[in-house]
Amino acid sequence: MVRFVDKGTRVLVQGITGTQGRFHTRLMLEYGTKIVAGVTPGRGRGEVEGVPVFDTVFEALEEADPEASIMFVPAPQAKEAALEAIEAGLNPIVIITEGVPIKDSIEIIARARRRGITIIGPNTPGIIRVGECKLGIMPSGVFRKGRVGIVSRSGTLTYEVAAQITRAGLGESTCIGIGGDPVVGLDFVDVLRCFQEDGETEAVVLIGEIGGDAEERAAAFISEGGFTKPTVAYIAGRTAIPGRRMGHAGAIVEGNMGTAEGKMEALRSAGVHVGSLPGEVAKALKRMMG
Amino acid sequence: MKLLEYEAKEVFRGFGIPVPRGKVAESVEEAIRVAEMIGGQVVIKAQVPVGGRGKAGGILLAETPEKAGEAAARLLASGVRGIKVRRVLVEERLKIEKELYLGFTVDRRYRTYVILASCEGGVDIEEVASRTPEKIIKQYVDPIEGFRPYHARWVARRLGFSGGLMMKLSEIAMRLYNLGVEADAEILEINPLALVGEDFVAADARLNIDDNALFRHGNLLQSYGGGELEGLSEVEREARRLGLTYVELDGDIGIIGNGAGLTMATLDTVTLYGGRPRNFLDLGGGAPPERVEQAVTFLLNDKRIKVLLVNILGGITRCDEIAKGIVNARLKAGVTKPIVVRLSGTNEEEGIRILREGGMEVMGTMEEAAERSVLLAGGR
Repeated sequence: MVRFVDKGTRVLVQGITGTQGRFHTRLMLEYGTKIVAGVTPGRGRGEVEGVPVFDTVFEALEEADPEASIMFVPAPQAKEAALEAIEAGLNPIVIITEGVPIKDSIEIIARARRRGITIIGPNTPGIIRVGECKLGIMPSGVFRKGRVGIVSRSGTLTYEVAAQITRAGLGESTCIGIGGDPVVGLDFVDVLRCFQEDGETEAVVLIGEIGGDAEERAAAFISEGGFTKPTVAYIAGRTAIPGRRMGHAGAIVEGNMGTAEGKMEALRSAGVHVGSLPGEVAKALKRMMG
Repeated sequence: MKLLEYEAKEVFRGFGIPVPRGKVAESVEEAIRVAEMIGGQVVIKAQVPVGGRGKAGGILLAETPEKAGEAAARLLASGVRGIKVRRVLVEERLKIEKELYLGFTVDRRYRTYVILASCEGGVDIEEVASRTPEKIIKQYVDPIEGFRPYHARWVARRLGFSGGLMMKLSEIAMRLYNLGVEADAEILEINPLALVGEDFVAADARLNIDDNALFRHGNLLQSYGGGELEGLSEVEREARRLGLTYVELDGDIGIIGNGAGLTMATLDTVTLYGGRPRNFLDLGGGAPPERVEQAVTFLLNDKRIKVLLVNILGGITRCDEIAKGIVNARLKAGVTKPIVVRLSGTNEEEGIRILREGGMEVMGTMEEAAERSVLLAGGR
């Protein structure tokens, strides 16, 4: 499987000297992530949590040989930071930053694709390989090593569902937040493809929300036999008013496209169990996995 | 940010997209003056941030400046879809031979911009798209190469134009793309793009700018955006002023959550248990305690709310601080309506103790909290 990251992955933190960058660097190190360098332009030669800080990604590359990057760079600077990481060939690049302009995300993703680089996010909680490493901001306490893979467009709702899976005694293998923005690097289908090949993942939870057609495309992919493992889904936003914005730019319902009901129906037709309450997800998994 | 039609047309002019002769007016006298200046038949269009103005009676025709004044008076005294009309756009009436559609938007699946065009403009374009998708031309843009003049010519050719008209149409498509990219448009539409004699004119204009990109559009932000506020209710305007991500609904259970997905799920759960949410209020991930206090205060002061449900999945946020924020908000507001809290994360036990001492009900799960709120609000 394309694992994106594992416990051996050497990680660079871009925007390491900011409040978020510092804080999560500490938590990621505690979790076991191998952070080898940080970058903040103008703050080179410093140190955060014992990690050397550089002015440029290329210096970090020479001195510390990172393979992947996680970004806590403020939105106005996110594009330049991402392009620098792409030119340096880092892969994957996890963009935690919220509020990146769509135009910038489009360019970042297009340039990454030309180099065969995976972008996770923007506006994502990141990725965690439970018990190995995390490139993300998710509270590690809600996870326990198990065989359920999670792919989600949401942040806190993912923690909610993960905590319930853990409480049910099941546990998770890998959890990936694809990001809540209209334009993100990975979609559900990309991640399902990886979970299909992943021997450590026995069943998958898909957490979607209103807007766009990523859930409908995931349903089509499952119907066509692209993904065959037991799947449970939860879709947020049934109470949304059409045309109204619910926080994310991604959560706009336009006409009949992208409604919660439409997505739930598409997934059900593909044989996916769709919970109407977050709490039903863990219960359904438990039945399926014995 | 949604621009009003006349604002979008000002931006269009700056990018060389032809628009009808006309001017915005805020009074009857002004409307008459503009009509006199234009001469002949005019159209008077209510400037409100909602679609479907024509069907709602927001667009009127007038033969003379006097009639234009009467029409403006009627519109300015009325509302369109519940929104008060504060200004009208008075424009020359075009002799339209053909109505096209030209649009620019973001395609999530292909992660790029797409130019949309159709010969069936003027009517409901979504209707055309769903019934006869073959009548919508889609030109996807390579994000690195961009949309080039020859792409614009393909679009014009595929709409069936040739010679001078094809060249004129392709130039407008090109300018539309340039405007869309430079202004960070999320949605940009000309519907209809009118064929008048040997020229194309943007009879209507829609321009929504990516809010996340406003930091680099200080000039647009300074000139426009007031119209969007007019489409909001008083409560929503106040929420906007406080910088809260808030949507008003018509129930009686106030809801606060952190993260859009979790907040939406909270609304859904309340609805499923038979309750009616009054609002959507997302604090965002990792909200500091002051933010929680501010949001709780805001909802406590909403008289339509009977019960307040706070669902915070702290993760790494400290629950004791959040609990203090909620207790403080309630003390300061001096309102005694019930607050049901679900709180989870670091220092959870201490947070729950503080909340219970402050007289709040604390539930272990989102489902329990939703059920309890519905019961306190008077049940199904």
